[in-house]
Amino acid sequence: MNATDWISIVSIVTAGFTIAVGSLGPALGEGRAVSTALEAISRQPDSASTITRTLFVGLAMIESTAIYCLVIALILLFANPLLR
Amino acid sequence: MKPFPFEVFRVGPVVFTDVMVVSLVIGVLLVVGGRIALSIPRARAVLEIAYDALEQAICGMTSADVAPLVPLILTQWLFIGVSNLVGVVPGLQSPTRDLSMAAALAAVAFLAGHVLAARRRGIAYLKQYLEPSPFLLPFNIIGEVSRTIALALRLFGNMLSGALVGAIFVLLAGLLVPVPLMLLSVLTAVVQAYIFGVLTLVFAASSLESASRPRTLARTGRKAP
Repeated sequence: MNATDWISIVSIVTAGFTIAVGSLGPALGEGRAVSTALEAISRQPDSASTITRTLFVGLAMIESTAIYCLVIALILLFANPLLR
Repeated sequence: MKPFPFEVFRVGPVVFTDVMVVSLVIGVLLVVGGRIALSIPRARAVLEIAYDALEQAICGMTSADVAPLVPLILTQWLFIGVSNLVGVVPGLQSPTRDLSMAAALAAVAFLAGHVLAARRRGIAYLKQYLEPSPFLLPFNIIGEVSRTIALALRLFGNMLSGALVGAIFVLLAGLLVPVPLMLLSVLTAVVQAYIFGVLTLVFAASSLESASRPRTLARTGRKAP
């Protein structure tokens, strides 16, 4: 097995671990954010639109880290700079 | 299907990518379409009502006076929204899937906050980076830079991953398989454009607010409302 094979193996395994572990944190965070937002809406239905808007902004920010991990995994699999 | 930016034509040593061409075409179409719409009385009335509603929505998002930012935020929403949605059309790719494009938009957002604060408060607005303590100056700077980079990466990551996964589905499974993914891409496109504009507004307004609102934490132990 030469260096290129090793790079391929490590890239594939790393990509799998990156996206698997990297989506755990944001998923848990988003679940907590949505549940807290629902509680807040149930307590104050009048400010539902403000809460919903803030919730979506917060969700997009939490999602960013998951997207970073996805981009790394996709780059490792499909545009690997070490295998060109 | 070409999820990564590709070369369209070349003038000497300068390569023109599809991102440049498509974003230029989108910009020209939006400007020309806007001019045409403004010259039709009915369309103009609709646009003015929409502008009023959106301006109120934007000014209501923060307590700071962000009226000068309204045209920028609306332009970002419109341009980034259209650019993102272009990628859902089969055969076209969204220009925002290029990191350079997202970085350029994030740079504009970064400058907008600083220009607005400098115009309002003069050069003294820079004192806010020493705010809780001068020891925190490096961390404030790192925070500012990293949130601008995150702004670009968020948009780029969402768009590129959508395009890549769509291309992979077509490659592996067949022509109609990505359709549910394309529905999700429509939602992602609109939400990411909205998020970009809102975050630009929030970051710019935060430097304004900390520049003008006095801090009462030290005196009373409670933050100002």
